[in-house]
Amino acid sequence: MAQKAIREFDAKSILAKHWNKYFPDFTYAYETVMVQNGSELTKAAKTKAWLNEKTLVAKPDMLFGKRGKNGLVLFKDAKPGDVSLAKAASWINEKSTAEQKVYFSFDGDHATGEPSVDMLTHFVVEPFTPHEQSEEYYVSATCVGDNDVIYMSAEGGMEVEEGWEEKVTEVAFPITSTEEEIATQIRANVPADIAEKDKAKFAEFCIGFFKAYRELNFAYLEINPFVMQGNKIELLDMVAKLDDTAGFMMVDEWGDVEYPTAFGMEAKSPEVEAIEEADAKTGASLKLTLLKPEARIWTMVAGGGASVVYADTIADMAGIDDLANYGEYSGGPTTGETKFYAETLLDLMTREKDAQGRGKVMIIGGAIANFTDVAKTFTGIIQAFEVYADKMKEVDLKIYVRRGGPNYEKGLKDIKEAADRLGLYIEVYGPETHVTDIVRMALEK
Amino acid sequence: MEQLYTKDTQAIFWNNNKTAIQRMLDYDYTIQRKTPSVAAIVAPTSGNKFEKFFFGPDEVMIPLFKTTADAKAAQPQADVLLNFASFRTAYDVTMEALSIGGFSSMMITAEGIPERLARGMNQTAREKGVTIIGPATVGAITPGAFKVANIGGTITNIVNSKLHRAGSCGLVTRSGGLFNELSNIISINADGIAEGVAIGGDRFVGSVFIDNLLRMEKNPAVKYMILLGEVGGTEEYKVIEAIKSGAITKPVIAWCIGTIAKYYDSGVQFGHAGASANADSETAEFKNKAMADAGIHVPASFNELPAMINKVFTDLNLADIPEPSMSVCPTVRRSKEFICTISDDRGDEATYAGFPISSVATPDTGKGIGDVVSLLWFKKQYPKWATDFIETVMKTVADHGPAVSGAHNAKVTARAGKSVVESLVTGLLTIGPRFGGAIDGAAEHFKYADDNGLNPKEFLNHMKKEGIPIPGIGHRIKSLKNPDLRVTGLMNYAAEHFPSTPLLDYARTVEALTTSKKENLILNVDGTIGILMVDMWRALGYTEDEINEFIASGTLNAFFIVGRSIGFIGHILDEKRLAMPMYRHPMDDILYDVPMAEEI
Repeated sequence: MAQKAIREFDAKSILAKHWNKYFPDFTYAYETVMVQNGSELTKAAKTKAWLNEKTLVAKPDMLFGKRGKNGLVLFKDAKPGDVSLAKAASWINEKSTAEQKVYFSFDGDHATGEPSVDMLTHFVVEPFTPHEQSEEYYVSATCVGDNDVIYMSAEGGMEVEEGWEEKVTEVAFPITSTEEEIATQIRANVPADIAEKDKAKFAEFCIGFFKAYRELNFAYLEINPFVMQGNKIELLDMVAKLDDTAGFMMVDEWGDVEYPTAFGMEAKSPEVEAIEEADAKTGASLKLTLLKPEARIWTMVAGGGASVVYADTIADMAGIDDLANYGEYSGGPTTGETKFYAETLLDLMTREKDAQGRGKVMIIGGAIANFTDVAKTFTGIIQAFEVYADKMKEVDLKIYVRRGGPNYEKGLKDIKEAADRLGLYIEVYGPETHVTDIVRMALEK
Repeated sequence: MEQLYTKDTQAIFWNNNKTAIQRMLDYDYTIQRKTPSVAAIVAPTSGNKFEKFFFGPDEVMIPLFKTTADAKAAQPQADVLLNFASFRTAYDVTMEALSIGGFSSMMITAEGIPERLARGMNQTAREKGVTIIGPATVGAITPGAFKVANIGGTITNIVNSKLHRAGSCGLVTRSGGLFNELSNIISINADGIAEGVAIGGDRFVGSVFIDNLLRMEKNPAVKYMILLGEVGGTEEYKVIEAIKSGAITKPVIAWCIGTIAKYYDSGVQFGHAGASANADSETAEFKNKAMADAGIHVPASFNELPAMINKVFTDLNLADIPEPSMSVCPTVRRSKEFICTISDDRGDEATYAGFPISSVATPDTGKGIGDVVSLLWFKKQYPKWATDFIETVMKTVADHGPAVSGAHNAKVTARAGKSVVESLVTGLLTIGPRFGGAIDGAAEHFKYADDNGLNPKEFLNHMKKEGIPIPGIGHRIKSLKNPDLRVTGLMNYAAEHFPSTPLLDYARTVEALTTSKKENLILNVDGTIGILMVDMWRALGYTEDEINEFIASGTLNAFFIVGRSIGFIGHILDEKRLAMPMYRHPMDDILYDVPMAEEI
């Protein structure tokens, strides 16, 4: 996936790093620190004097919003703006040592829907910034259809979220817009309810913001709110996604940025991480998502399109409760890469027997390949069979193969021979069989 | 543009992807194209000038170029760019080709080009009217005319899927693998496809479904269209609009894959980067329903698609498509070890660059040795003034007495009792930078100075800085007052017969400066030959690059080698005739200075 969410701390760090380029007329103190527990915060205070000198705000930095409504923003001890370093450290310790419930949707102040439950692992701590509500503003940018769109509002925070239609001015720009065109348009579209004396400054900030969004390859960038006091800017809250395909050009610009798993999402299993790592190293494509590892139908499908068709068909015919994984291999992986991918799947699918006592099913599917050498990739699968044959028999695994493309006759013959030799159940079909027909065959057994 | 490609379409292939190019040429041969569909290959890091490929049982050479600009200049008729650069460089390659111009379509295979770059590239192409296929695609095909790289897979699969000749379906998919699968399904359930495009899996692709369907609507070979979409994006709605507005009237069959996505939250990425629904309207289910409501033929599931195709096709009641004749690529082919482009001894009579030997050999043909050199060395028929000049040069350099080192070597060897050929090569091996090499050097350096607009003074300074005496300048005894008549003869010939002599004219201004310093620093015979050869080639219409290549490959030296061989052989025969004994150099002519070696 090309668009990846990053932490608020990283988003601020990227803007801070390029601040003078995009916002030469404004200042930003970049007083922010990310910690995983209270003692890290205490340690950080030894080098960052402001942590001792100023009162603080602390909040989790884990890709979810509505932290205030979830009671996860620390800004007061006895009264607003009196949080000391010690208080922040103890609060972070408290919040990070027990599972927390987080609701993603609210009706007014009332949470709706089911909460996600997970551990809080990352927090940002910043100075408490006293300011007037009227000094808060909203700005964001993203790509809609073929255009880039900037959204601007005189009001930030909850106000803008709850009154989007009336309070936000949006301006769309084609990809080919020049800087001059963009600047002119933004200046001409400053929200009317911004105070007359602040309009010019607001426009200049937004022009810099939009330029940063474009040049730094953000896919989404939001500051809600930012505080503008004269030429002094505070970024109170930020949300950002990067276009990670631009990573190779942005090594210096982005610095050391990580793409965390969202709060409440199950942490990636080591198997999935291993596949991702292998994927990053090859020109081919290796993808794996675990949907329900205890389910009985496993797919090992070649091709981004075919893998979806198989998943669709299994969902239609068997329902998703039986579908264990989604994934694909494509782009001509080597025998070794295919073996590794097959072993990972075989390891997962042979860990436990089906709860209802049925046999397990492995769909080795694929369309007619354009250039992937079927015999070569199947050699990798056969090598994996050799390692896992005994375990495969233990879970009563039945294998259904359908594939076409370069060298497919040899590939199909080899895999059939290998399965027979190893005593595995296998049915093998070529391009004369409809691509997803093996799903029906497997389910009818 | 009614159809993407014709049987005359030729491509420039960026990246020397031999397997993919061979697949294209196998396809070309199978469908009996006259010309290979790849006219040039851009291989920035290769030092080679061509790559060999099979064209049926034979081999053809496809030229390699270092840049797209060079390839396009050499093959201006090639109006398709097949961009196989990596995701790091694919953008630059496309943008450069767009600015060069002259391309009608470009296919980009790389997956994961930065989105902002892809958007800019697609927009620029759109403004210039260039159709972009991809990025992240396996390409497109007009069966029976032109096939992009790997699309359709092996030649066996192509014939099985009836991709070797035009059918009546226009096919557009996102996925490349399923494109192939659908071609197969269409060949089984209908009569094959007339044109097919896999638009690519990235979020931002150049031509989208509607662009391709609107072109197919205008293409009379397309009788109905199949669209295979995916969850994510809103491109299918543009097709619905086109049907509602009447812009598309041909029957359309469509299916969006990814109906499973509704069961999972957006954290699960099914399929391609472009396949992620951000709103209900982007789900596969929603789109399938909307398309069905608009009168598009939408099956109940992907499994029902073949039956749907069969029904729509049968209802159209089209005439059978005749099966065209096909050539069969041999399965076992051996690459040739040697290539010959100058002569051929396979026919009744051996030829020199197409001319039977008898047609250039005897005096009545009016051809001389200069003509034979022009045929065998340059594969061209030079005009008489040039072949006469070549002969003049070879006659002028034939010999320069027994004392020069090459002749001396030949004589010493002959006196050792060695044969003519052994003695000759000993003499020839002396030819190099110091003996005979001034011809090459003069051509190279004077041309460099002239090309770079150096005035004589700057040229002298340049050579001084390089630390080399100017090749072709200076004679042991001759001077302006006592001219070398060989030089005079060459210059007079050139003045009378060459259309112009720009480099010689320049060299004369250099000579004026050098002789003002020292009398004998005249343009000598080597220099005059080298410089006039450059003028000859310029007048014959060769480009500066081609001339530079002649110089670099040692062609000028070759004239000296052939000419001087005549003299060497004369000296060798002279020795044999005189039956001269073994030569030993007199000891009193050697300075002996041999200290005892020190221990280290």
